[in-house]
Amino acid sequence: MNFSEVFKQSNQLCKVSPDGKYLATCVQYRLVVRDVSTLQILQLYTCLDQISHMDWSSDSLFILCAMYKRGLVQVWSLEQPDWHCKIDEGSIGLVSSRWSPDGRHILNTTEFHLRVTVWSLCTKAVSYIKYPKACQKGIDFSRDGCYMALAERRDCKDYVSVFVCDDWHLLRHFETETQDLAGLEWSPNGCVLAVWDSCLEYKVLLYSLDGRLLSTYSAYEWSLGVKSVTWSPSSQFLAIGSYDEKVRILNHITWKKIAQFEHIATINNTKAVVYKEVEKRPAVGSDDLSLHNITIGTTLFNTQSKYEICPPPVQVPVVKPDPDRANPKIGVSTLAFSSDSRYLATKNDNMASVVWVWDMQKMSLLAVLEQTSAVRCFQWDPRRPRLALCTGNTKLYLWSPAGCVSVQVPTEDQQTWNSCFMTLA
Amino acid sequence: MPESSLVKDICSSSIECRPSPLRQSSQSSLPLHRNYMLSTFCTEKNVQECLSHISQEVSSLGLPPVWMESGGSSEMNVVAVLNCIYDLIQLHRRGLRTLENMEVEQLKSSSNLDYLQLTSTQLKEQLELSKRENTGLLERERQLQLKVKSLQNCLKNEKEEVQKLQNIIASRASQYNHEMKRKEREFNKLRERLNQLLVDKKEKKQAIDVLNNIGRADGKRSLWKTEKTEAKHEGEMYKTLLSDYDIRQRELLLENAELKKVLQQMKKDMVSILSSKKPTLKDDQHQDDDIQADLEEEVFDSSKESVELYCVHAREKLTNSIRLQWRRLKSHVERLDNQGSLHVIGRSKNTDAVSRETHEEEMDRLKLEIQQCKDFIQTQHQLLQQQLSSPYDEEKASLLSDCYMLQEKERFRDEWKTLEEQRKIFERERRNFTEAAIRLSHERKAFEDDRATWLKHQFLNLSPFADSNKPQMSKSKSAFLISSAPEKLIKRPSDTTSPTPRCVPLTSPSTAELYPTLCLVPENRYSV
Repeated sequence: MNFSEVFKQSNQLCKVSPDGKYLATCVQYRLVVRDVSTLQILQLYTCLDQISHMDWSSDSLFILCAMYKRGLVQVWSLEQPDWHCKIDEGSIGLVSSRWSPDGRHILNTTEFHLRVTVWSLCTKAVSYIKYPKACQKGIDFSRDGCYMALAERRDCKDYVSVFVCDDWHLLRHFETETQDLAGLEWSPNGCVLAVWDSCLEYKVLLYSLDGRLLSTYSAYEWSLGVKSVTWSPSSQFLAIGSYDEKVRILNHITWKKIAQFEHIATINNTKAVVYKEVEKRPAVGSDDLSLHNITIGTTLFNTQSKYEICPPPVQVPVVKPDPDRANPKIGVSTLAFSSDSRYLATKNDNMASVVWVWDMQKMSLLAVLEQTSAVRCFQWDPRRPRLALCTGNTKLYLWSPAGCVSVQVPTEDQQTWNSCFMTLA
Repeated sequence: MPESSLVKDICSSSIECRPSPLRQSSQSSLPLHRNYMLSTFCTEKNVQECLSHISQEVSSLGLPPVWMESGGSSEMNVVAVLNCIYDLIQLHRRGLRTLENMEVEQLKSSSNLDYLQLTSTQLKEQLELSKRENTGLLERERQLQLKVKSLQNCLKNEKEEVQKLQNIIASRASQYNHEMKRKEREFNKLRERLNQLLVDKKEKKQAIDVLNNIGRADGKRSLWKTEKTEAKHEGEMYKTLLSDYDIRQRELLLENAELKKVLQQMKKDMVSILSSKKPTLKDDQHQDDDIQADLEEEVFDSSKESVELYCVHAREKLTNSIRLQWRRLKSHVERLDNQGSLHVIGRSKNTDAVSRETHEEEMDRLKLEIQQCKDFIQTQHQLLQQQLSSPYDEEKASLLSDCYMLQEKERFRDEWKTLEEQRKIFERERRNFTEAAIRLSHERKAFEDDRATWLKHQFLNLSPFADSNKPQMSKSKSAFLISSAPEKLIKRPSDTTSPTPRCVPLTSPSTAELYPTLCLVPENRYSV
C-alpha cells in the first residue's frame, strides 16, 4: 500500500470525485482540486468565507462549497474555472446544502428548517418546499436519482413527500404513523421507503413508492428504540440497530424479522474469529535517551501493532454509559453492509473499541475486531468484501475474510481520520 | 386363690412328715373356722403318733413343746396344749391379718396398676395425637416457607421490573428534557432572529448569481410542468414498482420450482427406499399396497405437466404424500433401531436382521480395510510424486533413461557378442568345409583317375608274374579310410599273401593324421 504525503485539510473536508479522477480538499477558505493519480494540483478556488461543507456533483463537473455562517453557497466548475455561481440565502440563513442527483440543482435548508429552497443552475429558477422536518435524516434521494423523499411536520403530525427530481413535481404526500419521525431511507432498488421513529419509540414503517404502507415493525415497547437503520445493497435485508445492543434483520418478502444479532460481552462462539489488536512499544533503554534520539524519535511513540487471534471465551471491554444523560452511549449506532450483501459490520456504542462482522449467509458472527482505542469510523470497499477502519491513531486497519492487517500510515502527528476511504483499484 | 394356697402349703408341709390321709379343706377360701370338719387325722389308735407329730409341728413353729416324751403317760399337759392352741390361734389371727393386709395391699397395687395403665394409654394416645399435630404443623410450616420463598421471588421480580420501568422512565424523561431544552434553545434563537429581523431595516434578499446558465445533465430541454408530465411521472412510478414486483415474482417462481423438484426427488427416494425394504419386512403387508399405490401415483404425477403442480390441490397433495412417506420412513427406521437393540439385549436367533455386534465388527473390518487401502494409495502417490518431482539432471536422466532394462541389456549384449562369435566361427567352419569339400572333390576326382589308371594298369598287367616291380603308383592321399578295405578285396581275389602294403601304396592315413594336414582344428564349438 502506498501512501501519499500528508495534505493539510481542515474540517475533515476531503472528497474524491464520483468518477474517481479528482480529489478535492478544503483548507480554510480555499478549495484545492488535485488529480488522484499524480496528486498534482489542477485547480485552486477561493471562497468568500471559511468553507463549512463541500460536495461534488454527481457528474464530477461541479463542486459546491457552503459557508453556513454567511449563508452563502458557491459553486465551481472544473471544466470552466472562470465560471462562478453564488447563491445567497440572505437573512433567512443556511443550515445545510446539498446537490440534487442530476447535479444541476442545489437544495438549501434554511435556518430553523423554515423551508428547503431548490435552486436550479440551469434556469436560475427557485422552488420552495415548506415545513421540512429537522431530524436525523429528513431528506433522502433514491439511488437512481429519480425520486426524493422529504420528511415534513405540520400540525404536530409527520408527513412524507415524494418528489420527482426531474421537475420537482410532488408525486405523493402521505401521513406516517410515527410519533416523531427520525429518519427515512430509500431501498437501493428505489421501491420501498423505510421510515423510523425517534428513539423514544421503536417503530419502523415501510412504505411503497406510491405511498402505501407495506408493513410496520416494532420489536419492543417503552425502552429506547431504533438507533440506526441501513439497507443491504441488494435490497433484500433491512438492518435495524437499537439501543438494546441488538441488530434485527428484516427480509424484503414478508418484512418480518429473520435474524437477531446480539452484542454480548463474553464471546463463546467458536466459529467466530476474534482479532485483538496488540501494541508493541519498542523498548527504550535508558542509555538511548539522548536528545538526538528524542528529536528523531516519533518512532519512539509510534507503536507497532499487530493482530492476535484470541481463543474463546473472550471478554469484550464494556463501558457503562451515564444513565442520566440523554442519547446514551449504548446501542448499535453504526451499521454497514458490504457491497455484495454478504457481510454486515456493526459497532455497539458501549463497546466502542470493537467492530463486529456478521456473515449474512449463515446469519451468525464471523469476526470480532478489538482495537486498543475507540473505533471512529469504518467503511467497506465498494468492490470487494474488505473493511477498513480507523481509531484515531496513525494506523489503518483492514479486515477481509482472509485475515486482518494493520497498516501504519506515515504521518507525523496523530491526526484524526475521517471516513475518507478511497479504494483504488 | 392365695389363701387356699397358703393353707395348702401349711397342710402339705404337715403331709411331708407323716403321710396321713388328710382331707383338705382346700375348697374353702375363707378362714378355717368357718368350715369346721371332722378331721380324721387323729384316731384313738394313733394318739401317740399324732401327739409326737403335733409336738414336732409346734416346735417347728417355734412354740414350746406340747408334749414331752417322758414317762409313758399319755396325758398331755393341758396348759401347754391350751397355750399352744392359743398361740396357734394367735398365729392364725396374725396370719389372717397379714393376709388381709396383703390382700388390701394387693388390691391397692392392682388398682394402682390399672390406673397407671389407663393413664399410660391415655398418655400414649396424647403423644400420638401431639406427634401427628407436630408433623402437620411442620408440613404447614414447610409449605408456608415455600410460599414465602416464591413470594420473595415474585417480590424480587417485581422489584426488578419496577426498577427497569423506573430506568426506562428516567431515560425517557431525560430524553424528553433534552428535547425540550433543544427546542427551547431553538425557540430562543428564532425569537432573537425575529427581533433582529424586525429591527433590521436592510433585508438581505435571497439571490443567485450565475455567470451563465449551464445545460441540463442529460442534455435535454426542460419541460413545462403540465398534467401530461404529471401523468407521465405517475406512470413511470407505477412502471418501476411493477417491474420490481415482476422481478421478485419471477425469482420466487424459480425458487418454488426448484424446491418442488427437490421435494419430488425426496419423495421418489423415500418411496424407493421403502419399497426395497419390502422383502425384509414380515408384518407389513399393507405397506405393499400403499407403496404400490404410491408408485402408481408417482407415475401418474410425473406424467402430468408441471403446470398442474401450481394448483393448490396438487401442492397439498404433494406435501401430504411427502409427509406420509416421511412418517413411514421414520417408523421403519425406528423399527430397525428397535430390532437392532433387541438383538444386542436378547441375543435372539432372528437370522433376518443382522445383530448389531456382527454389524459393528463388519464395520470395523471395513474401516480397517479402507484405512489400509488409503495408506497404500498414499504411499503410492508419494512415490509417484517423488518420481515426478525429482530434479531434472541431464546426465542422470540419460543414465536413468533406461535404467530398468540395464541388466537385461547387458545380458543381451553379452549374448549377442557370443552369438556373433559363434556366427563367425560357423562362417569360418563353413568356409573351411566348403574348401575341404572342393578339395575332396578334386582329390576324389584325382583318385578316381588314379584308380582308373591303376585298374587299367592292373588289367593290362594281369600276369602270373608276381613280384614284378610295379611302377610306383602315385600316392594319392585319400581322406577316406573306408575305401582302403574294399580296395584290398577287389584288388587281390587270388592273392592271399599281402603284398598290398608294398603294392598298394594307398595307405589311407588315419583321420587324426589327416586333420592337421587339412588344417582342420578340432575345436570346442561351444565356448560358452
